[in-house]
This record gives sequence, structure tokens and C-alpha cells, in this order.
Amino acid sequence: MNTLANIFTTSIGKKLMMAVTGLGFCIFLLIHLLGNLTLYVGRQTFESYVEHLHALGPLITVAELGLLFFLIIHVSTGAVLFVQNLRARPVRYAVNKWAGGRTIGSATAPYTGFLILVFIIFHLLNFHFVEHPGGLVFNTVSATFSSALYVCLYMAAMVVVAIHVRHGFWSLFQTLGANHPKYMPIIQGAGIVFALLVGFGFGLIPLYIGWGI
Amino acid sequence: MSAPTINLTLKVWRQGRTDKKGRFETYPANNISTDMSFLEMLDVVNEELTKKGIEPIAFDHDCREGICGMCGAVINGRAHGKERETTLCQLHMRHFKDGETIVIEPWRARAFKLVKDLVVDRSALDQIIQAGGYISVNAGGPQDANSIPVPREKADLAFNAAACIGCGACVAACPNSSAMLFIGAKVSHLALLPQGRPEAARRVRAMVRKMDELGFGNCSNEAECEVECPKGISIREIARLNRELMKAELKSA
Repeated sequence: MNTLANIFTTSIGKKLMMAVTGLGFCIFLLIHLLGNLTLYVGRQTFESYVEHLHALGPLITVAELGLLFFLIIHVSTGAVLFVQNLRARPVRYAVNKWAGGRTIGSATAPYTGFLILVFIIFHLLNFHFVEHPGGLVFNTVSATFSSALYVCLYMAAMVVVAIHVRHGFWSLFQTLGANHPKYMPIIQGAGIVFALLVGFGFGLIPLYIGWGI
Repeated sequence: MSAPTINLTLKVWRQGRTDKKGRFETYPANNISTDMSFLEMLDVVNEELTKKGIEPIAFDHDCREGICGMCGAVINGRAHGKERETTLCQLHMRHFKDGETIVIEPWRARAFKLVKDLVVDRSALDQIIQAGGYISVNAGGPQDANSIPVPREKADLAFNAAACIGCGACVAACPNSSAMLFIGAKVSHLALLPQGRPEAARRVRAMVRKMDELGFGNCSNEAECEVECPKGISIREIARLNRELMKAELKSA
């Protein structure tokens, strides 16, 4: 316990918490995406996926509580880091230039993170804490994405998630100490591919369902 | 044949020792030889200012050979200017255009207190070193050379990290004013060598705690530091620092 407290009170420890929880979210995104890809196949496939998922019962509850726990850590640590980092430079530069290390993902991570938090709450209210018409999740999906506003909102949210993941993915490896000249370019590339997969994989669902493309 | 000359406008941060707040002052820098270094250009401007009865611009410098780590300022938003792997003294005026306006600011970080104009107090970096960035050598006769074998690859890696001159550009360039590249380099340099291993765990824990205590920001992997480092130190040193800290804490009693 002491060891954990010692690690997590340091700046590196806070980074580690962001990295470990971030890794959890990446795994969650991958599973969520694989499940949702069934929507591209059709209503039956998706409903059978939903049925199989719900059949896991208590395992789902455990996973949900785990994700909630991770979310609390990721958001609260992120908020602390954001405030500490602002305070570390009381007088700002008059001229700000990017030297070439930063990416849109890294420079906006706290802000995209906040937007994602808002989106998660919105998304859960939309799909999780509702009665599904006829007991079928697919009905909620098609009803939601019959609105152009929802289609746009969800697509915009997925752009934000992709930007956040583009920085988060390689960053978690760096924080966990996995940076090697041979493997880092592969990890960086995998991060971009993963961000694109998440962005397009989720982001095209509203279009596909909404306008039956 | 003499080098071409250029005329510039400088916007320099001026702040006296007792001033709570500073301000930008605009000065002309005329007939600047493009063979001059940035510091030599400042010398010329200071001479003109002195003649006019204006207090010269205070800036840190020492060797002017790019190896001491004393000089440094943010030039048009870039630590040590936009050339790669140069200190301010090795930044030459040929990289600037005739008629250009150059904005010169001191390193900005809570942990670096401003002393005067472009001079900041970087003793926070010394305090981090004092916390553990050394190898304890107890008295005794000198050892035989090469009595401790060091693999060539390890020696090269340690040398890359040891190239750090402690100029503080990483802190200045970091959007979070973090000193992670600095201590990453110092921890790596010693942790890679057998002489540094016995104290590695104690060292990394002490140095990280000191850094946090001094009010540096937290690393968020922006990688701006490695681009601005005049010695080209890579953020791989930060990854190694993270590994060293995890190892040290997990194995601690």
C-alpha cells in the first residue's frame, strides 16, 4: 500500500495512472468497436450480439464498475495535472510556437478529454439509461440516428475521441517506459491506425444507420 | 570579404531586479554582420544602448562555444531559436532576414525565478542534482583503469544522456514547464553505468521528489523538449526515468 502511495503521489505516478487507465479505455474502445461493427452487418446480427453480451450478466456489471472506477481516476488525475501544469508557468510567453514535438492530439488532450466526458454522459443517457422500444436496442439506435442533429453530434464526438486517442495511445507506452528506437515508430503508427479505426469505425455508424447508406 | 549585414528590430523583455512586472522594449539592431552569433548581436546592441544612456540588456553567457549551458532565451517563441541542436551562442545571425522583428523572452517557469531581463535563476536544476544526481565516491586509492567492465552500447547510451548541459531549454520549451528531460538525462546517465547502479533506486526517488517539490510541471509527452534540446537528448531518457522510478518504488522496502 505504501509503495502504491509513494508512486502515485509523484508526478510520474500520476502519469502512470493516466497511462494504465488509458490502456483500459483503449481495450474497452476496441471491444465496443468490435461489437458495434455488427451494426454494419444488420439488425439481426446486432441484436444477437446484444443478447450474447447481456447474457454475460454479472461480468458486465463488474466491467461497468471497473470502467467507472477507471473513469474517476483518469478524469480526476487529468484535472489535477491540468491545473498543476497551468500553475507551473505563471507568466506565459508572448510568442508561442510549436517546435515540432506537439501534435493536435497532445496540445488539446485536456480539452478533448473534457469533451469526451460530456459525450460519455450524453451517450449513456441516450442509450444506456433508457427503455428500448420493443425491448430492442436496435430500435433506439435507428430512432436516434434518424435525427440529423444526433448524427452530426455523434460524428463530431468521434472526431474528438480519435484526436484524443491519437495522443493517448503512443503516450501510454512512453509513460510505461516502453520507448525503443526500433519499436516506437511501430507504436506511433499503430496509434494513428487505432485512432482512425475508432474515428471511422464508430463515426460512420450514425451515417450508415441514419441514412441507410 | 566581409559578411553581409542586416538590420533588425528587437522586442526584448526588460525587467529590473526589483520590478514585480516586466515589459517589452523595442530596440533597433543595425548593421549586424550575418557571421555574428546571437549573443554577439546582443553585445553590439548593448554597446549602442550604453552610449544612449540606457541600461544594457542583461543575459547569461559564459563559454560561447555551446557547451557550458549558461546562455539561453526564447527567440520568436522557440528556446535557443529555431535551429536544431544549437545553444543561443551558436545561433548565427545568418538565419535571420534583413528587416525582421525578433521577440526575445526569458525562460518562463515557476521554478525559474526571473533575476533580471533575460537572466533567470536555474538553481532549481542544481537542487535536483544535489538531491541525488551524483555517485558517492568514498575516499581511497585510485582504482585501476577498466577494472569495472562497461559494455560499449551502455557506454554510448550513457554518453548520449551525459551530453546534457543543464541549460533549461527543455523546461522553457515544455508547455507544462516540466523538467522531465533534464532529470531523465541525469538519471539515465548514471543508471546505465555500473558505477551508478548501487545508488540508482535512491537517486531516482530523491530526484523525482525534489523536482515535484520545486514546482515544475508534469510531463504530458508533448515531446517539445527533445526538439529544442541543444544536445539532441531524446525523450527515450524520460521513458527510462519512468522505468527506473517504477523499479525503485516496486522494490523498495
